Amino acid sequence: MKSIRLATAVVAAGLLAVCATAAAVGSTKKAVTISVASLIPGSTPAAIQQFNEQVAEFERAHPSIKVKPVEYQWTGPTFAAKLAAGTLPTVFEVPFTDARTLGDNGQLADLTAGAKALPYVSKYNKAVLAEGTDSKGRIVALPKGAYAQALHYNRKLFAQAGLNPNKPPRTWAQVEADALAITQKTGKPGYVEMAKDDNTAGWILTTLVYTLGGRMEQGIGTRAKATVDNKQTISALNLLHHMRWVDNSMGANFDYGWSDINQAFAAGNIGMYISGSDVYTNLVQASKIDPSIYGLAALPLAKNKKAGVLGGGTLVAVKPTVSAAEKAAALKWIDFFYEEPLISKAQAVRNAKTLVANKQPVGVPALPLFNKKQYDLANSWIKPYINVPIAQMKPFLTDIFAQPLIPEPEASTQSVYHALDAVVEAVLTNRNADIQGMLKQANSVAQQAISSGS
Amino acid sequence: MDAISDIEVKGAALPAPRHRVRRTPLSWARGGGLSALVFMAPMLIVFGAFSWYPIVRTVVMSLQHTNLVQAPTWVGLDNFSAVIHDPQTPIAVKNTAYFALLALVFGYPIPLAAAVLMSEVRRARGWFSALAYLPVVIPPVVAVLLWKVFYDGSSVGVFNTILGWVHLGPYPWLQSQQWAMPSLVLESTWANAGGTVIIYLAALTGVNAELYEAASVDGAGLWQKVWRVTLPQLRGVLLVTMILQIIGTAQVFLEPFLFTSGGPANATLTVMLQIYDYAFGNSLGGDYGRATALSLMLAGFLAVFSLVYLRATRSWSTE
Repeated sequence: MKSIRLATAVVAAGLLAVCATAAAVGSTKKAVTISVASLIPGSTPAAIQQFNEQVAEFERAHPSIKVKPVEYQWTGPTFAAKLAAGTLPTVFEVPFTDARTLGDNGQLADLTAGAKALPYVSKYNKAVLAEGTDSKGRIVALPKGAYAQALHYNRKLFAQAGLNPNKPPRTWAQVEADALAITQKTGKPGYVEMAKDDNTAGWILTTLVYTLGGRMEQGIGTRAKATVDNKQTISALNLLHHMRWVDNSMGANFDYGWSDINQAFAAGNIGMYISGSDVYTNLVQASKIDPSIYGLAALPLAKNKKAGVLGGGTLVAVKPTVSAAEKAAALKWIDFFYEEPLISKAQAVRNAKTLVANKQPVGVPALPLFNKKQYDLANSWIKPYINVPIAQMKPFLTDIFAQPLIPEPEASTQSVYHALDAVVEAVLTNRNADIQGMLKQANSVAQQAISSGS
Repeated sequence: MDAISDIEVKGAALPAPRHRVRRTPLSWARGGGLSALVFMAPMLIVFGAFSWYPIVRTVVMSLQHTNLVQAPTWVGLDNFSAVIHDPQTPIAVKNTAYFALLALVFGYPIPLAAAVLMSEVRRARGWFSALAYLPVVIPPVVAVLLWKVFYDGSSVGVFNTILGWVHLGPYPWLQSQQWAMPSLVLESTWANAGGTVIIYLAALTGVNAELYEAASVDGAGLWQKVWRVTLPQLRGVLLVTMILQIIGTAQVFLEPFLFTSGGPANATLTVMLQIYDYAFGNSLGGDYGRATALSLMLAGFLAVFSLVYLRATRSWSTE
């Protein structure tokens, strides 16, 4: 009896020792947890599901990394608050306009080493990669997507107004005429513009001014000169004034921001508006747009050598206060989620399949992050899965690559936009707004912001 | 017989000589000092952490150039000077004064009138009180967002539709620089009147009914009774609610922020919204020095104003 008990005890102890050793060996690789920006608040459950599936796929491929999705939307005020409080997720997104200054101020992790190790880093479009490189030459953010401003129009309202939905306006005079027709025949505002005090009003006004050939700044850095009160800005504001007060084709509400204008458009209450070429994703994910009403056209350009389309984009960056392991994990996530679908056919197809399975848009027009050849190649991979009404976006795709792409004003971009917000609002809400006087004042405010580097 | 012999003879006790107890920490602790401190500790900690420390930090930050992400630098009174010279500051001050004035002229008498009318009703007074208080119960953000939808400027907006039934409007509400601030005051009055109504109703019960009877005997009508009896009797409460309203409206933030973000064209930019813009308006990191400087200036102004007000109304109050 005693010997059997002794033997059992020895065997049990031995088994335990083996298990313990195995467990110890298995757990020498510690799990790294990173939080990543996922979707904007208010996204549909299907969109959230799709994101979680991609997270699961990544965690399967990298068992030692745990990814925590965090709802995220970049807006000026909330980003500043989270930055100050240190509550940004490990991986987050910033617009082209801010990355350089944030990098210079040490607010973004230095990704140079990790980025240079990526096989495709040399293939990036130089201008696009430069947006994520700070003044010391460090890569602080990698490109996520680039867009050009475009004209979104409601094909159904066009048809109801007796206009041809396949022939969107190609000059500003035609935009005016079409807007008037839509208002008269359908009662809905024919053209609406963002005019909220959160920098979107200034952003769209700058877009308009670029299409007329004007510029908001000359020079770079804190020595730049603000030129917001140029001839083309006055023309643009006069155009808005005419459409608002004479034609009355801009409706009765003038405080639309980026999200509300998308909502109102998806609800079929807007004839035409300007926003980034990639907002169709948001229209589907947050507003459940009926795809048959959507049309996309390139912005009309004036016959001016300097006329062009405002281009912008989003970069993805990493919090500076992370450990080396977390930074490496973050770069792996960036590579998997943001960059691979543009570079590797297998990943692009897998990505597209997941999106389609969750009824999320595939094939929304974006601009090349690498070169046009890679862009066309990547689009060909996902062609079988495209579920957006790509034919309705033909006017944009045909024209955009011939239009000069102009980057946003380089110095203190958001502050320059903010200085213009009040001018746009005044023009739309006050028939007798003093355009020249307000522009002069906006110019001095913008100049002050530029000179102080904020 | 004198007292001493009384004592000697009858053995009555002299009052015991008073001992001066030496105050030592131990005696303080034994005498209940320690338990008082223990009971006070949570309040001290919470107030210290969430009220007094932030106030001290505010004063410190107003003398620094700081954006909370880089190291702060001392700049003396530069922030105050920058705020005073900012062209938006006079606009914000003017708008805040305008809001406070509108709220005082329209929003102050309404709860009083409602309370007086309600106190005349014999039955169902409880129902009226509950109805009056209902808007206060609705979370402020929910109320503002609802009203924002109601204030849609097109002819199919809720308010414009209702007014259209009586051939009025459509009005631009928040879409006009002239209409925006009054629209904000309207919603603010609706949302906040209920609390003041309850206070006035309670105060009215303290008015002596005989005064009203005497007034009736003298031939006073309803308006005379209100003017000659009710208001003087409510003097103390009225003065307190007035100063509270002024202090509250001087710090209005919710309505301008959610309705119009300070627009259109800065027509509803208030001092608190300006402070918020300084702190969080710049996506590259806010200027907390200017934000705290303006906060201190507002707090200082309200403190001085309150002192002047209390002094001036001392003779009018019931004290």
